[in-house]
Amino acid sequence: MTRFVERHPAWALIIIIVIAVALWLIFAVWPQGLEDAIGRKRVFLNAVFNGITLGGLYFLVASGFTLIFGLMRNVNLAHGSLYLFGGYVGYAISASTGSWILSFIVAFILTALVGVLLQLVVFRRMEGQDLRQTMVTIGLSIVFADLMLWACGGDFYQIQTPNWLIGPVELPLVTAVKSSGEPVYLRYPLVRLVIFTASIVIGVAMWLALNRTRIGMIIRAGVDDRDILAATGVRIQLVFVVVFALGAGLAGIAGVVGGTFQSLSPGEDIRFLLASLVVVIVGGMGSIPGAALGALIIGLAEQLGSVYIPTYAIVVTFLIMVLVLAVRPQGLLARR
Amino acid sequence: MLKGSLGLIALSSLLLSGTAFAQEKIKVGVTATLEGTYTVLGEDGIRGFQTALNVLGKKVGDKELEFVIASTDATPDSAVRAVRKLIEQDKVQILLSPLSGDEGIAVKNFAKTHPELTFVNAASGAQETTYVDPAPNFFRYNMDGAQWQVGLGKYAYETKGYRKIATVGEDYSFIYTQVFGLVLEFCGTGGQVTNRQWVPLGTKDFASVIAALPDDVDAIYLGLGGADAVNFLNQYQQAGGKAHLMGGSIMIDQTILSSKGNAKNALIGTLAASGQADTWENPSWQKFVKDYQDAFPPNKRFPSPSLLATNYYGSTMALILALRQVNGDLSNNQAKYKEALAKIELDAPNGKIKLDSNRQAIGTNFVTEVVDDGKGALFSKVVKVIANVNQTLGYDPAVFAKIGLPSRTVPECKKY
Repeated sequence: MTRFVERHPAWALIIIIVIAVALWLIFAVWPQGLEDAIGRKRVFLNAVFNGITLGGLYFLVASGFTLIFGLMRNVNLAHGSLYLFGGYVGYAISASTGSWILSFIVAFILTALVGVLLQLVVFRRMEGQDLRQTMVTIGLSIVFADLMLWACGGDFYQIQTPNWLIGPVELPLVTAVKSSGEPVYLRYPLVRLVIFTASIVIGVAMWLALNRTRIGMIIRAGVDDRDILAATGVRIQLVFVVVFALGAGLAGIAGVVGGTFQSLSPGEDIRFLLASLVVVIVGGMGSIPGAALGALIIGLAEQLGSVYIPTYAIVVTFLIMVLVLAVRPQGLLARR
Repeated sequence: MLKGSLGLIALSSLLLSGTAFAQEKIKVGVTATLEGTYTVLGEDGIRGFQTALNVLGKKVGDKELEFVIASTDATPDSAVRAVRKLIEQDKVQILLSPLSGDEGIAVKNFAKTHPELTFVNAASGAQETTYVDPAPNFFRYNMDGAQWQVGLGKYAYETKGYRKIATVGEDYSFIYTQVFGLVLEFCGTGGQVTNRQWVPLGTKDFASVIAALPDDVDAIYLGLGGADAVNFLNQYQQAGGKAHLMGGSIMIDQTILSSKGNAKNALIGTLAASGQADTWENPSWQKFVKDYQDAFPPNKRFPSPSLLATNYYGSTMALILALRQVNGDLSNNQAKYKEALAKIELDAPNGKIKLDSNRQAIGTNFVTEVVDDGKGALFSKVVKVIANVNQTLGYDPAVFAKIGLPSRTVPECKKY
C-alpha cells in the first residue's frame, strides 16, 4: 500500500479523492442543488447497493472460473452451464422440500460432482492443450444447454425466497430529511443483504483457505509452477480435481442465489459466462482479489448505468473491459 | 457415382410425393414465442390455437389442414427467421403469425415480399403493424395495444380519482402502443403522467428500477409481461412496495395472475384494461373458457385462458372459417381467400370482431379489476365493457395522425 503511494503519488491522490467523494455521496444528506441535478439520493443509494449485491453474485460465479484458470490454465467455457445447472437443482430441491438452505448444499454437491466428472473424463485427457480444452468446453456448454432445455423446458423458474427474508429493512443511512426535520432512512430488501454477506463470507473463507492452509499453499504453488510442484511429489491430479470441484460448486451456489433474486431460464448460462469472463478480464485472470474487484466494478457499472443512462447501460460494462484491456491488459490486480 | 445418382432419384421421388401430398392438404405455418421472456405467453397462445382446432375441426371441404409450428423469442429477427423457414422449407401456404409487437412489424414487412401468401396475425399488438403502410396480405383480428387500453384512463381518473401516475414499461413497440392508449385518454381527461420509465425486454434485476419509482403519484402503471412481470413483482415484494398499481393487457393476465409464489398478490385490486375479462358473463365467452378448460388437464393450463389464448383462438377461427367460405380455394394467389378474410365478421369469445380498411380489427374492450376468488386464485373482473373500439380510438383520423406514432415520448401528456 505505502509502496503504491510512493510510486504513483498522483494516482493515489486521485483514488483517495474518489473514495472521499463516494463516501460523502453515501453518508451526507444531499443539498437541493445536487438532487435537482442527478435525482434523489434514495435512487442513487439503491443503485449503489444493488451494484454491490449484484457484484457479490458475479463474484461467486467468477471466483470459481478464475480459480480453475489460475491453477490449470484451462478456460472453462462451460462454467455458465454449471451455474444454470446449480440453479435448476436448487429449484428442484427448494420446491420439493421447501428448504432454501438445503438447496444450496445439494446444488453445491451436485455441481461439484459434475465438475469432478468433467476434470476426470474430459480435461485430464487433454492436459496442457489449451486450445483443444477451450473448444471442447464450448461444445460441452452447447450440449448442456440443450440437455437442460430438454429437461426443464423454456419456462422461467424462480426459487422461493424464504418468508423470513421477504421484505425490506431500514438501514442507518439517511436518504432525505422531511420538512418536519425527521430523517428518512434507506429501506433495502433483506434478501439481497443476506446474499451479499454470504458472498463476502465465502470470499474471505476462500482467501483464508488459500493463504493459511496447507492445501491452499499447494494450490498457490501450483499456480506459480505446476511442473515443479508435481516434481516435489504432490499428487497434482488430486489437487486439480479438488480445485475443479470447488470452482464448479461455487458456480452451483451462485445458480441458487441467481435463481432466488432473479430467475432461471435457458440463456442465463451464456449471460453469466459472459459476465464472469468480463469480470476476470477486468480483475486479472487467476486472481481471487481481482475477481472480487472486477465483480464489484461490473456490478456497480451495470446498476448505476441502468439508472442514469438506461439506453446504454449494457455498453458501459464492455467499455470498462476495453479500457482495462487497453491500459492494463493483464487485468487490474493480476500478479504478473 | 451409382450411389450418388440413386440418392438423387430417391430424393426427387421424395420431393415428388411431397407435392402430390400437398394437393390434398393445406399447409398452415404457426409461430409462437416458445423461448425467452415470453415463453409462457407463447405456450398459452398455442393452447388457444388447439382449443380452436378442437372446436372447429381441421377439415375444409375435402381438404385437410396441416399445421407446422415454429418457435420465436419475441425478437423481430427470430420471427422473420421462423416465418422464412416455414415458407421455404415447410412450403406453408398460410401463416398464423406472430405473437409479439416487434415481431408483428417485421412479419408485416416480410409479408410484402410474399404477396401470393396470406398472413393472419396471431396475437401481436403494435399499432404500427397495420396503421403505417399496411401489407395487403396481412390480416389482424385482434385489437392493438392502444385499443386494449381504451376506458382505462377515464375510469382511473373519474372513478378511482387518480390524478398523477407514472409508468414503467418494456422498451418495445407493443408497450409503447399500450402507454400511448393510456396516456392519450388519461391526459385527455385531465390527468398527469409525470414519469415514463423504459426497461429492456428480458430485464432480470429490477431493484434499481423499483427504487427509482416516484412516490408522489397516485398510481404506478406497469406495462410488463411474462418473466419480466414476475421478476418485477417478486423484487417489488422484496423491496416492500405498497403503491396503487395499474396494469397493461399482458401484465394483468392469467400468464401473470397464475404464476407461482405469492408476489402476484400485490396485484389484487389493480385496475387494468384488455381485450378480455376473465369473469365476463357473456355465454360465448363462458363457452370458450369451458372449451379451453376441457381441452387440457388443470396442471397443463391456466385456470382461465390468457389474452394470448383468446387471440390465437380468434385468429385461428378467422383463418378456418374464411377458408371454408371459399371451400379451400387458394388459386389465383389466394385472391378469393383474401377477399373472404377481409369481409368476415367474427363472433369471437371476446365480442364481435370486424376488420377496417387496413385489415385491422374493430372490437370490444374491457376495463377490469383484479380480484381474489377466495381460494387464492386471481381473476380479472369486468367493471366496464366498451364496444366498437377502432384503431383511431374514436378520434378523427386526421387528428389521430397528428399525434404521431407510439414511442418512448409520444404522445405528449395533453388533450388532442
